Amino acid sequence: MTNKAYALYQKDFHSEMRTRYAVNSLAMFVIVAISVILFSVGNETITQSLTAGLFWVVIFFSAMSGLSRAFVSEEERGTTLALQLVAAPTTIFSGKLFFNIVLVFCMNIVITILYSALFDSFAIKNFGLFIVAFFFGCAGLAIASTIIAAIISKAGAKGTLYPVLSFPILLPLILTSVQLTLMAFDGSTFSDAKFELAIIICYDVIMLTASYLLFDFVWKD
Amino acid sequence: MTDYSLKVDNISKYFGRRLIFKELAFQINNNGILGISGSNGSGKSTLVKIIAGINSPSSGKVIHSNDNIEIIPEKLHNYLGFVSPYLVLYEEFSALENLQYFSKIRGVKFNTEKISLLLEKFLLNGRQDDLVKTYSSGMKQRLKFIFALMHNPRLIILDEPTSNLDSAGKDVVYQIIEEESSSNIVIIASNEESDLLICKNEIKLEDFKPALSA
Repeated sequence: MTNKAYALYQKDFHSEMRTRYAVNSLAMFVIVAISVILFSVGNETITQSLTAGLFWVVIFFSAMSGLSRAFVSEEERGTTLALQLVAAPTTIFSGKLFFNIVLVFCMNIVITILYSALFDSFAIKNFGLFIVAFFFGCAGLAIASTIIAAIISKAGAKGTLYPVLSFPILLPLILTSVQLTLMAFDGSTFSDAKFELAIIICYDVIMLTASYLLFDFVWKD
Repeated sequence: MTDYSLKVDNISKYFGRRLIFKELAFQINNNGILGISGSNGSGKSTLVKIIAGINSPSSGKVIHSNDNIEIIPEKLHNYLGFVSPYLVLYEEFSALENLQYFSKIRGVKFNTEKISLLLEKFLLNGRQDDLVKTYSSGMKQRLKFIFALMHNPRLIILDEPTSNLDSAGKDVVYQIIEEESSSNIVIIASNEESDLLICKNEIKLEDFKPALSA
């Protein structure tokens, strides 16, 4: 199954390079969102808790602008049937998830670099904790976004439904990620953050399991 | 060659309260051509989608067996070829790229010889490296046949197989259907008289709508 899912990822990557469905909207959103925050802040010094919050707000809305494309573009182009005819639902979900994970990590690395360069208050004291929070936060975001994209791709008002449906599902992940990022700014140790780390890891495992169980029903009419 | 059988066991389909067909049953083994006819909106496409495992019936079940072993839904795509007007391939890729990606995703080896032969048969030789978005609707339809036949399926489902095809394209399709039906099961859902003429058996969907048949 891994090879087939990887082939689907390759197909999506190649398709993305040709059509720029997701990359352009993600890039534009990141640039616009960070510019607006910079203009709003002006010469004021913002607190670290506000910086951590704004960092994950940009990540959340950027994800909303691009990650739904994995399934929505197939539905809009009418190619869903072709995929249904060549692979099992688990292969499709794995391939799409892999593509979204790569997209989320690339996008979030760019956002982190821009924040580090543009915001003085984005000063990480415990880099290890930040990396762990970043990894599980991005993974959770990709998993949840992928299954929500699959659900909303069959609906009429996809654009509106995606952030509305995502918000309550992603809220525990975003709040925990903000908390962990703040702890990484403070220089808290891993043992100080073990409760938040347990929440974020459990969230990822639950979302991944639920997504694989649910996808069969979502994928077939 | 393995024994392949398709058993449609008393399936009914409703969309909300609207009955599409009721208690439809038939069985077909190993090879042959089965036609499905009915007026527009009678449920031909719905029935072939149910047979292909894309839609679910409201009641009853469809059983695919290979060598008397029931095929699980997750593996059905390996045995199935499907052509229809609503099947869309990736327009941003060339015909060859489409076929290569579908082979990889399906997990089967890309058989260059077979693909070249099919490209030649379906009159697409020389255009295989062009993007699908530059194809005419007839060429897209012929490419769908290559997509459906490239992995040697045991069950070939053709929904409106000759739509968008010129007479040369139709001749090729009928010839391929005759060839394939000697060793595989071919199901044709159509209203075209010429499509149904080549079918050995025919199911008329009007016969499975109690209100109409009464």
